[in-house]
Parts: sequence; C-alpha cells; structure tokens
Amino acid sequence: MGEHVIKLPDVGEGVAEAELVEWMADIGANVREDEVIASVMTDKATVEIPSPVEGKILWRGGEPGDVLAVGSPLVRLEVDGAGNVKPGEEAPKEDAKPAEKKAEKAPEPKSEPKPEKKEEKPAPKAEKPKTNGAAAAPVSAMPRAEGEKPLASPAVRKRAADAGVDLRRVPGSGPAGRISHEDLDAFFESGGAAASAPGAGLRRNTSVTDVPVRGLRRKIAEKMEAANDRIVPITYVDEVDMTALEDLRAELNKTRREDRPKLTLLPFLMRAMVKAVGEQPHLNAIYDDDAAVIHQYGGVHIGVAAQTPNGLMVPVVKHAEARDLWDCAAEVARLSEAAKDGKASREELSGSTITITSLGAMGGIVTTPVINHPEVAIVGVNKMQVLPRWNGSEFTPRKIMNLSSSFDHRVIDGWDAAVFVQRIKSLLENPAMIFID
Amino acid sequence: MEDLSCKVLVIGAGPGGYVAAIRAGQLGLDTVIVEGQYHGGTCLNVGCIPSKAIIHAADEFEKAAHFAGDSAIGVKTGKPEIDFAKTLQWKDGIVKRLTGGVGGLLKKNKVRSVAGWASFVDGKTVEVTGGDEDVRIRADNIIIATGSVPVELPFLKFGDNVISSTEALSLEAPPKTLAVVGAGYIGLELGIAFAKLGTKVTVVEAMDKILPLYDKELTRPVEKTLKRLGVEVLLGAKAKGASKKGLDIETADGKAETVKADTILVTVGRAPKTEGWGRDNLVLDMDGKFVKIDDKCKTSMTGIYAIGDVTGEPMLAHRAMAQGEMVAEIIAGENRRWDKRAIPAVCFTDPEIVSVGLSPDEAKEAGHDIISQNFPFSANGRAMSMEAEDGFIRIVARKDNKLVLGVQAAGRGVSELSTAFGLAIEMGATLDDVAGTIHAHPTLGEAFQEAALRTLGHALHI
Repeated sequence: MGEHVIKLPDVGEGVAEAELVEWMADIGANVREDEVIASVMTDKATVEIPSPVEGKILWRGGEPGDVLAVGSPLVRLEVDGAGNVKPGEEAPKEDAKPAEKKAEKAPEPKSEPKPEKKEEKPAPKAEKPKTNGAAAAPVSAMPRAEGEKPLASPAVRKRAADAGVDLRRVPGSGPAGRISHEDLDAFFESGGAAASAPGAGLRRNTSVTDVPVRGLRRKIAEKMEAANDRIVPITYVDEVDMTALEDLRAELNKTRREDRPKLTLLPFLMRAMVKAVGEQPHLNAIYDDDAAVIHQYGGVHIGVAAQTPNGLMVPVVKHAEARDLWDCAAEVARLSEAAKDGKASREELSGSTITITSLGAMGGIVTTPVINHPEVAIVGVNKMQVLPRWNGSEFTPRKIMNLSSSFDHRVIDGWDAAVFVQRIKSLLENPAMIFID
Repeated sequence: MEDLSCKVLVIGAGPGGYVAAIRAGQLGLDTVIVEGQYHGGTCLNVGCIPSKAIIHAADEFEKAAHFAGDSAIGVKTGKPEIDFAKTLQWKDGIVKRLTGGVGGLLKKNKVRSVAGWASFVDGKTVEVTGGDEDVRIRADNIIIATGSVPVELPFLKFGDNVISSTEALSLEAPPKTLAVVGAGYIGLELGIAFAKLGTKVTVVEAMDKILPLYDKELTRPVEKTLKRLGVEVLLGAKAKGASKKGLDIETADGKAETVKADTILVTVGRAPKTEGWGRDNLVLDMDGKFVKIDDKCKTSMTGIYAIGDVTGEPMLAHRAMAQGEMVAEIIAGENRRWDKRAIPAVCFTDPEIVSVGLSPDEAKEAGHDIISQNFPFSANGRAMSMEAEDGFIRIVARKDNKLVLGVQAAGRGVSELSTAFGLAIEMGATLDDVAGTIHAHPTLGEAFQEAALRTLGHALHI
C-alpha cells in the first residue's frame, strides 16, 4: 500500500490558482483511473480533474469555494504499490491532517450545514467520548436545567426580546451553554421564532440568508467590478425596423436544408457586425489599459452572452469573418448548448474581441450593457415587437427592435459609436446588403 | 391650579427618575418630571458624589501627613493643614456642575421639569405643591422614583449633634470625636474619611462584624486600615441614646458605657420613601416596606411603575438607572424585562471592596457546586510599586462548566475593576474566557486573570 498525491494541475495558460467548485468523490471513496474527482474553475472555464490512478481517497485539499494554487496537493489516495510519496517526505506532517479530518467526519457523514460550529467545541467532545450523538443534537429539547437562567450576552438577549423569542427555548452551543448570535440565527432559521408566537397573522421576518459568492458567480462579480472600475461607458440606443429581415429569416428557415440549423436573429447580427467592424476596425479590439495599447484584431471573435443555469457565460464564436450565415448559426447553437451543460472549454469561453448580449423576449426596451472588459464595444439586443410606424402616408405595423450598445468612451468617441450603430441598423433594415461585398 | 397632561410622568429626579425621563424623551414620549428638592436626588447631592469628594480629600490629606513623617518612597513634606471650608466649597462645586448637567440633559431631551412635591390624587393624576405654582398633572404612565431616606433610630433622633450621612457631608469642620452607629458601608466610608482628617472615631456595631454584607476575607483589609487609623470598633454593642458626653451604649458583655463623642453619626441603613406622595390614594401591593414590582418594574396598578430604592435592595444608583432606562423603553412599546445577571456593589472604604455576582457562600447557598480562588495583590507588581499590596481578587465559578458566578475584590482602586467583573458576568464568561484574555502588564487587573488561572489550577505568578 502506498500513497499517491494528486496535485492541482496546470489547467490553463498563465493560471496560477483555481477555485474548487465541487467534489465528485467523498473521503473514503474508491476511484478508478480517469474517474473525475473534482472540478475547479479558472477565469471562465470549469475544468474537471480526473484521477490518474486507481485508489481510495484519504484526504481532500479543501472545500468548495477554496482557492487553491496550481501545484498544491488536491487529493491523497491510498493506492496499491508504492504511490508517489516517499516515506518520510512531507508525509508525516500531512498525515496528521487526514487522520484528524477523518475522525471528525466519521461520526457525522452529513454535517455540511455547520462545520465551523463542530470545530468550535472540541473540549466537550473530548470529555464525553461516547455520547457524541446525543450531545450533538439537542435541537428541540430544553438545553438547560429547569429554572436555570439562559446564558447570553446582553446584545443577544435584546435581539431575542425584540424578536419575541424566549431564550429559554434556544439551545446554546457556547461554553457553559452560552447562547451566541449564531445560535439565535439557527433558532430563527429552524422556524423556532414562528412557533413561539402563535396566533399572530403577520410577523416580522428578521432572517438573513448568507449566500456565499463562489465559483462562476464570483468570477462574474469580479469581471463586472473590473469593467465598472476601469471603463467609462457610453450607451447608444436606436431602433431597427426588422420587418424585412424577419421576412427573409422566415423564408430561409422554411426552405433550409435538413442538416442546417434553424436561423435565429444572432447570425444576421453577427454578419452585420463583421461588415461594420470591417469599416471601423478600432471597435473590434482589446484595450490593454495598463500598457496603453489597443490591440485591433483582424479576426472578429464574437462573444455571445448566454444565461446558463449557473449564471452568465460568454462562449465565443471564433473568426466570424470566415463563417457564413449558416456556419455562424451552427456555431452559436453548438456553443450555447455546451455552455448550458457546463461543458464549454476554457478556449471556447475566452478570446472574444467584441460581444453581443441578448435576453430575447426578456430583452426589454433599453438596457445599458456592461462592456466585456477588456473589449471596447458590446451590442445589446432588446426585444422585438410589432409597433405602428408612419411611412409617410399612413401608420403601418412594423417589427421594431432596439439595439442598446455600449462603448468604452476612453477610446471610442460618441461619433464613432453612432456611425457603428447606424451602419448595423442600415444593414439589418436592408438585409440584402449584408451579403453583398 | 394649572393643569398639565403628558404620556409619561416621573416622580423624583434622582438617578433612576432622571434617567427614565431622559430615555423617555429620547424615545419621543411626552415626558414630565417632578422634583421637590434637587435634580440628581440623594446620589448627586447628599450621597455617592459628595461622599467621594470628601473621601478623596481625606485620602490626599492622609497622604500628605504620611509624607510629613517617614515615607518609604522618600518623599518628604512639612506637616499638612486642611482648609475644610475650601474642601466643602470644592465639593459643592462638583455637585453643582453635575446637578446642572442633569437639568441640561432633561431639557435637551425635551423633558418638562416641574418643581414641587408630587402627591397622587388617583392612579392617573398627581398634584404638585410647594413649587412656584401648584400643578395638577394627568399622565398615561407614572413612574414612582421617590428613592430612600436615612433610617432614624427612635432613641437617637436626628438633630443637634446626632446627624445622618446628609449632614455629615456638610459639617463645618471635621469633628474632634465622632461616634458612628452602624458599621455598614456608609458609616465606614465616612468614618474612615474623618479618621484620616484627624477625628477620633469610634464605630458601634450591633452585629459581630463590620460590613455585614461582605465575608470576612473581604473585610479583613478594611479592619487592618481601621486599626492603622486608630478607629475603635465596638462589635456586638448597642447604641442606647445620646448624652452630654457622647453616645451611651451597651457593650457586648452587657455593660453600660459612654463613647466620648461630640458628634454622633447614625448610619444604620436607608429606608424606602413610601410616604409623602399620596400612596394612601392608591392600592399598591407592597413587598415588606418596599413597593412591589414585577420584572418589568410594574406595580400592582396598571400604568404605574416604580424604580430605584423605593422598590427594594440593593439600593444602588446604578440599579435605579438601569430600571429607569428599561421602564421608559417598556412604555415606548419595546419588549423588555429585567434580565440582568449582576449588579456590582462597591464600598469606597480604604481599601475599596467590590462584589459582583455571587460570593462563595451565596453560590453554595444557591445550590451551586463551585470552585473559587483568589490572587493577592502582594504578588502583583503594579500593586507593590504603588504601595497597595493589601487585598486580592477572587473568582467564584461553577465547577461543572466553569461559568463565572461572581467576582470579589478588595484593594486600592478596585472600584474601577468592577467594570471588568460586571462585563465578564453579564457576557456569560467562563474561567477560560477570563484566563484567555490578555490583561495589560503591569496593572492591578492582572490579578483578575491570575485569579481565573488559579481557580483553573495553574496560576503563573504564585
């Protein structure tokens, strides 16, 4: 029997650390070679870490939400044969940990809700070796002898009084059974407060639920913060008459070949953007503000912001300038599927030079899209609706849609922004022009 | 007669009453406070504050006298004198500043002050007389905060040279000879102060020990001081009456004697002031000589609350203040009840005595299985370096969960440590909490941590 340490592999170019998102295998579980044991998240992509060997998990290097450095130990496995840890080499020190963790976890397989609390009171545990189970769950029972005053700080007492809670009913986890703010929180969460005030119709809800900002959400938050910190945005909105394009799209979809995907609005917009940036290359760019350099790209790599079950993701259609309408459509379909399933690779989620954001039917009338830093432009698609428009002699029903586009005003002037949007507008309103060079 | 109405009426502007009024004002309640004598009550005018001023003056004088002799630290001065009239002036200045401050605070919080003596007409109405103008006040809520008065002995009526603590704080000069009847904290605080100012003091106590509320261990350092100052303490002796020569007593072995004294200070306790404010027109339940209250300071009559000395022991200003604050909040609709774990008690004797929470005896009586140890100041560097080695800090804790039940101390300046003791008990500290808190070195407070460590069985410096 030996021990094999799996270290956090280098999951991408220039990545120094990654956030642990999920464990796929528990301590004590047997894993096969190539079985996925954990997923970690870098800038944008979630990467699954497979086990290179077969073995039993002895120790795990963190909890979801922890950020681990590349090269730090991720998992220790018990394997047949020698393993990759030489006896005496860092093993004894680290060995102590797994032992502890194991002992802690063993009696309570599902103790996720309050792992901190468990660690806070090692003393009583040590004193009562065999009554663990009973002592750990005094939830509904009176936690102290009859007639004994509940022990709590004046602040806790005041909070309880304000909420109408009799502290005698609240179990205390602190030394000598002291009731902490956390105990009171737990009591509120367990619905104890509601039960204590019978008959009342409306009650104050004093609960606060802490949702850790982790994984993709944290990445999104950081990105948005960076964008807001640095970029000075200008948003330009104009309406586009989509009637002609919608007719064309309906016709194309009706007559499309079996193997071709159904066309949405996006491929048309992408082609129009390719054309527009051909005339204004400085809009298809990455602004390295630290170095004060604008990288203008020849290739048009269009990010398409997509809502996924995990949050906002931006898969990238690479080289849209080299794709025709159908190819764009196929690539968008493929990427959004992958993003929704969480299978998009790091490469597929990075490298955009300009971005489209669309919420479809939820698109609203106007949005103020946040530029996908370090890009300099983003095109927001609002919802399409049939509205009356004056054609010179009468009102006619037209399919109208707004485009809300933001630009980094530090490097894009308002005039350029307007020219860009007007160009896209005229292309979309006269779709034949999209296809004529 | 002018008619007033208000939401909250407070009777008595002592520490309980004025705090209740200020808090009620803060909470936006229309509040009136009635006071017949002076803002600040006994505490500010003829109690806590002026007595501390006299005690301080006496301490300073004694220090100077000590330097005129052979002081260990090498400081030498001439024989000191005291201009006692100036001392009183200085004391009165402090009192004036504080009572003026109370008036200002009341005004700031939009509390209307009415001068005069209030007397209940019925459960919602009082009449105020004896002020500038007679006033009838109707109030939704009334807080009785009438306080307490010194107890008079029938055979030693106040007057001439028989005085209460009130007069003792305004004597023109320290008496030559003083007999103190009652060795409680008031009698000893004043007795020690006068002894330091040169008075020949004799203390007559009917019980067999001084400071009957405190255990022997705590009172021993004070006994030592009494001996040093030449204060004669007659235990088990009964005062019988005043005569030309002084105080007639019956000694412990039944002999009639006379204690030579030109002044007799009677400090045999304080009694709640339950008369003189129309209690007859109400139907208040009583608890012995006190007004009976529940844990919200409610009396047996709806809308009538009582706080402070009139409601029972311990008759301490800080208890009254906490009650006053609480009652104002209750009237404002907040959910409050008396849930304090400890009310500190301090004796400003020499050395000072502090007791917070339960003493070892009280804890045992309450059925606790306890552990308790003290840490003496004689092993504390700071105490040595300020010639204050008398005394100790003692902790009482439950044996099973080490919860701190009480802390007591005797020693110079330990009154200030009551803050730490009170906080520990109120927060529900265990011995490990106290032992695990870094205490600044070198301070007297280190003895608190050491006492906790010692009770846990591993003191470091003893």
